[in-house]
Amino acid sequence: MTNAFKPTRRHVLMGATALAAGMRFVRTSFAADKVFKLGALGIMSGPYAGWGGVMSQTAQTLAAIYNEKGGVKIGEDEYKIEVVSVDDKMDPKTAITGAERLIQQEGIRYILGPNVDTTAVSIKPVLEANKAVNVPYAFSKELYIPPASNSILGMVASYQVAPFIYEYLRDKKGVKKVSFLAANAADALNQRAQGVRIATDLGLTVIASGDTYEPGTTDFFPIITKVLADKPDLIVLSGVSPSDVGPLVKSARELGYTGFLSTETGQDPKALYQVAGDAANGFIAAGGASTEEIRSQFMVDFMARYKAMWGEWNDVAALFVYAPEIILQTIARTGPAAINDVGVFKVALENFEGKNPFVKDPMPLKYVGRKDFGQPRQISVPIVVQTVEKGTYKPLFVASLAS
Amino acid sequence: MCRRCLVDICTQGRLMAQVLINGLVVGTTYALVALGLAIVFGIMRLVNFAHGQIYVVGGFVVYYAMTAGGLAFPVALAIAIVATAMVGAALQIAFFGPVMARVKREEATMLLAMGLALFLEQTCYLLFGELQRGAPPIASGVFKVAGAFLPAGRAAVMGIATVLISAVIVFINGTRSGRALRAVAQDREAAQLQGVSLVRMNAFGFALGAALAGAAGGLLVTVVGIQAGGGAAVSVKAFIMIMLGGGGVVSGAILGGILLGFAESVGYMLLPGSITYLVIFAGMILFLMIRPYGLVGRPWG
Repeated sequence: MTNAFKPTRRHVLMGATALAAGMRFVRTSFAADKVFKLGALGIMSGPYAGWGGVMSQTAQTLAAIYNEKGGVKIGEDEYKIEVVSVDDKMDPKTAITGAERLIQQEGIRYILGPNVDTTAVSIKPVLEANKAVNVPYAFSKELYIPPASNSILGMVASYQVAPFIYEYLRDKKGVKKVSFLAANAADALNQRAQGVRIATDLGLTVIASGDTYEPGTTDFFPIITKVLADKPDLIVLSGVSPSDVGPLVKSARELGYTGFLSTETGQDPKALYQVAGDAANGFIAAGGASTEEIRSQFMVDFMARYKAMWGEWNDVAALFVYAPEIILQTIARTGPAAINDVGVFKVALENFEGKNPFVKDPMPLKYVGRKDFGQPRQISVPIVVQTVEKGTYKPLFVASLAS
Repeated sequence: MCRRCLVDICTQGRLMAQVLINGLVVGTTYALVALGLAIVFGIMRLVNFAHGQIYVVGGFVVYYAMTAGGLAFPVALAIAIVATAMVGAALQIAFFGPVMARVKREEATMLLAMGLALFLEQTCYLLFGELQRGAPPIASGVFKVAGAFLPAGRAAVMGIATVLISAVIVFINGTRSGRALRAVAQDREAAQLQGVSLVRMNAFGFALGAALAGAAGGLLVTVVGIQAGGGAAVSVKAFIMIMLGGGGVVSGAILGGILLGFAESVGYMLLPGSITYLVIFAGMILFLMIRPYGLVGRPWG
């Protein structure tokens, strides 16, 4: 395996920015007269940096593409897009401080993130008090069900994609017995509880649902040994972090497991394959919209730009790109009033329908979630269930969220 | 005895064999991580919070040397050991040495170590990105030992870690430089009066400790991969190990590492996952109340 070193913007800037390495506050700025600011608040350090860091980089990449063409047109004017990123370190207190800083100091009204329930729920009062909107990647329904109205789910929730995966494996692959494994962290445990309920409702036998591991675990051999003792047909890795998934899958295969492994969270197949090797083949995960079969030319260009800016493509970026795109499209449609008045923006959610530039087949970009949350507070990201094959994803099936 | 009972006994026997092998494999690599921290602590009385980040650097050096450089694993590991030793020596000479010369309070070096840990972590993000990386395994195939699985890559890592630990023990006990390190660890003033250069020994000790962390990272990147933010968890576990074994004592660090490896392995098999580390921490608190200087440490230091 070779991975030739190519200097990228990251490497060129490295020396200068290393001096500011302790800083958790990063921004891209422009000397334009009209600027539209987007906040990015998420986990940008530690084992979960594969979520918040990529979320921030994705927004900056999309902003660069827009800015190159003059910016986003809102009303009569072109606005350059500025992304201000704050690392919440997966800590609710830091998330609150970060949200206050973005809203009160930077004057930002639209924030991407946070990435997990604990931080997303913690900033909910800050958003409501300061009249700001965010797009969390967290599944707690209290964020989206009335009276809550300031958060829009930016992805497909685990409880929305899990039925598709379990049903597919039950009907097409003969899976009967399921074990769940989760990190001992709030989000992962919540996703596990929901997964257990869904599996049971689908008539699958849940043979183990109490196995957990500590966040930061590096060697999963002892943990997987216990899970395999029950001989499951399927092991669900609930809410697994990008840094844990490779070692977990590899350990299971090294211990002789030949059944199915799946997760409902987005993962990068190349990174997974690099850590787990051929053991990663067949791993099932929910994905974004970058698989070759469905992606548009715009997505191909976006991927190339992302790679040029950050060194290499990360498949999770294909999911994160939906939120900044739909926010920009919505504000462009509603006009300048929505820039500082999220009330105008929220009214527009009901009937907004834009163009989804990321997939080649016609598929509207809109706000859904009426079925699950009682109001349109979710982005219409396609449900793409994929399997890893030699470091790339092959889609098993594509579905749509209910409106 | 019925056939089913026999099958159950065989299954349980195989599981216990797996638990023991898991404990041995995990414990050996833990011991290598703890050994480096113990050496730095023993010589300089410094709690190096950046130890885990140096482990991460070692892992990434091996990863890039093998994937981008196309080098064989032994060469890549040697480069990682030298590179992390240089990082360790540089940290000592540029930061810890000057601070320790001027300030006697231990908090100063602890805060400095924490700051450097954050600095190294953020630098790793800038250099290596946020993705989990994995170098190709150094051996392929799986051995079956008493019905338990032992992947060849893990067996090789365990073997190399054992060789490295043995080499360090021989070096410390059997060479002039090693004895000088021990002398500094036991009594700095007396060692200085005997002509031992504290400046050189501090830099050498820090380099040796960092090289061991780098070696551990370089070995484990072929088994479990590496991620820029993974250092803090490694440091925490290394602290547990040297607290169990006895701060600054080489044999204590090795014992602590192996004990933690077995505690994890047995705990995850017999207890609900979330309880395992609760029991380990509770046990450690009780143990330290009875023996605050660790298993093989001494009350007088």
